[in-house]
Amino acid sequence: MSLIPTASQTVGPFFNFALTTNASLGVLARDGAKGERIFLSIRVVDGAGAPAPGDAMIELWQADAQGCYAHADPNFSGFGRLETDLNGCCTFETIKPGCVANGSAPHINVIVLARGLLKQLYTRIYFADDPANANDPVLALVPEDRRSTLLAKPIHGEDNTWSIEIRLQGEAETVFFDL
Amino acid sequence: MRKRVNEYPRTTPGSQPEYASPAYKSTALRAPSRPLIRLPHSLSELTGPVYGHNPIGPTDNDLTLHFPEPPQGERIIVAGRILDEDGRGVPNAMVEMWQANAAGRYRHQRDDHPAPLDPNFLGAGRMIADEAGNYRFVTIKPGAYPWRNHNTAWRPAHIHFSLFGPAFVTRLVTQMYFPNDPLIPLDPVLQSIPDSAAQARLVSQFDLSITEPEWALGYRFDLVLRGRRATPFEEAGK
Repeated sequence: MSLIPTASQTVGPFFNFALTTNASLGVLARDGAKGERIFLSIRVVDGAGAPAPGDAMIELWQADAQGCYAHADPNFSGFGRLETDLNGCCTFETIKPGCVANGSAPHINVIVLARGLLKQLYTRIYFADDPANANDPVLALVPEDRRSTLLAKPIHGEDNTWSIEIRLQGEAETVFFDL
Repeated sequence: MRKRVNEYPRTTPGSQPEYASPAYKSTALRAPSRPLIRLPHSLSELTGPVYGHNPIGPTDNDLTLHFPEPPQGERIIVAGRILDEDGRGVPNAMVEMWQANAAGRYRHQRDDHPAPLDPNFLGAGRMIADEAGNYRFVTIKPGAYPWRNHNTAWRPAHIHFSLFGPAFVTRLVTQMYFPNDPLIPLDPVLQSIPDSAAQARLVSQFDLSITEPEWALGYRFDLVLRGRRATPFEEAGK
């Protein structure tokens, strides 16, 4: 038998009472998790530069500090999920992932769901100025002038806090992946 | 957690909506305008979360039991199987669903449709499908509701579904519709799917074998996640 995967439909604007009631899904690394603890602030904006006000959802999937997805750290989950606030922002508390394989740079896998997105968007978040970025095989597939759209940057004056904008469309549109 | 050694099959043309779908106006500023960059599947794509953060309660899949009194509306059963591309049940998939109430209103702070909220209906359920991929929800039939996409735009009655399969690439968020709904041919969200057979697979089927006599009508809705059996599974150890 050969079946065709079910078609995607938009998550719509009214998902939060079902999908994002558990704010603890914003905390991937609880106290005691091994690794470099970070705050990761993500802002989702549309093609006109307007934030997605409470009608977008971000899901994260990442390796632990040793680069393992099949991790054994009970204080680290690897999965996060938050809705954007009225400013289009959400902030996760996690650890900086390790390198998954030889040559890969630390990265977080991202799914974007929103009103107006008929199917999920896949992207990745890397960390600016990480020397491993130079050899990452996925970044190598991205035209050089667009790689910066995948780089979270440290927020000056705030320890261990990184931010990135996910631009759905237009100038400086984030690189999205076909998986 | 498990991993696959090889790639998942890629999307069949026409079976998924395009991001840019002019009839659905919210896509105008949100659909990416640049081509997606195709990635080979690595561990990052072939692994996926075990969704264990939220313990599932015993009544989480019966939306008529979330309050002391039953909700208003026509009680229904929605059941089916989570399958892979070989028609094999996907074991233990996390299934979440949510919907409007019988009057067509969501319990959401920004739903301003002038229809009554039901104090006895939240409209959100979840469960873990069994080893054979079977799931079953008891709920009430959601109402249609207007939206501002175009003049006299009404969404057909629908239930939202969210599923996690075994990998990051098996994530699926979709909507289930009801048979013989006159709004279906007019709905820009469902009509965004180019292939009409793929559209039709989002319409549930009335099913007497799911129906419970003297109690509730039954609807069957099967969902297919990406993936084939041919690829061996192995524990991801590193």
